[in-house]
Amino acid sequence: MPDTTTASPEARKRLVSGPGLLLVWLYGVMVVGAVSRSAYQISTEFDRAPLAYSLSAAAALVYAFITYSLVRGGDRARRAALVCCGAELAGVLAVGTWTLIRPEAFPDATVWSDFGMGYLFIPVVLPVTGMLWLRAKR
Amino acid sequence: MLDALTAALGVAALALAAWCGHAVWRDQPTKDWHFIGMAVVTLLALAQLVVGLVQLGRGEKPEQGTVLFVAYLLGAFAAVPAAGLLSLTERTKWGSVTVAAGAVVLAVLEVRLYDIWGSAGA
Repeated sequence: MPDTTTASPEARKRLVSGPGLLLVWLYGVMVVGAVSRSAYQISTEFDRAPLAYSLSAAAALVYAFITYSLVRGGDRARRAALVCCGAELAGVLAVGTWTLIRPEAFPDATVWSDFGMGYLFIPVVLPVTGMLWLRAKR
Repeated sequence: MLDALTAALGVAALALAAWCGHAVWRDQPTKDWHFIGMAVVTLLALAQLVVGLVQLGRGEKPEQGTVLFVAYLLGAFAAVPAAGLLSLTERTKWGSVTVAAGAVVLAVLEVRLYDIWGSAGA
C-alpha cells in the first residue's frame, strides 16, 4: 500500500489521528459505560440476570482491549484491534438477535441488547466504522 | 434546583455540540472560544455534581439508586473536559467532531440523570 512518508521505522504507526480520534473517544465512552455498568450490576444483583451481566462484562473487556490497541498504535495492535472489532460486531449481532428472539432469557438488558438500542445503536455502528478505519490505515 | 440544572446542562450541551458542529462544517479545529464554551459547560456540570451530592447528604434518595446517580454525575462532569483534552491533540476538524460527540454524550447523560433522580425532590 502506498503509505506516505513513514520515515522512522521504529515509531509505531499512529492510529489516533483524524477520524481515529473520534473512534477512540467513542470507544472510551463505551468502555466507561460498559465497565461501570457491569461492575455495578455484577456486584449488586448478579443473580437477577447472570447471562445478561456476564455478556455486558465481556463487551466491556472487548471495548477496553480495542481502546488500548488504538491508543498504542502500530501494526500488530492494528491487526489485533481489527480482529476484536470483528468479534465485537459478531457479538452485537448475535446478542442483538438473541434478545429479540428469546427476550425471556434476559430479565435485564445488556450493553448489546436490541443491537445496542439503549446506547443509540453506537455498539453496532462502532465496529463497522472501526474496521473501515483500521483497514484504511494499513 | 437539581432539575433546573439538569435541564440547563442538557440545553448547554446541545448548544456546545451545535457550535463545534459548526466548526466542523467550516473545517476548523477547536479554538479558544470553544474552550471557553467547554469551560462554562464543565462549570455547570461541577455545580450539578455539588448540588447533587448536597441533596444526597440531606437524605434525599434518587429514584433509581444512589450509586447509579453518583456514577452518572461523575460521568457528566468528566465527559466534556475529556473530549476537550483529546481535541488538543488533534488540531483538525476531527478534534471539533470529538468535542461535539462529547457534548452529545453529555446531553444523553443529562436525560438519564433526570430519570434516575426521578421525582425524589425538585
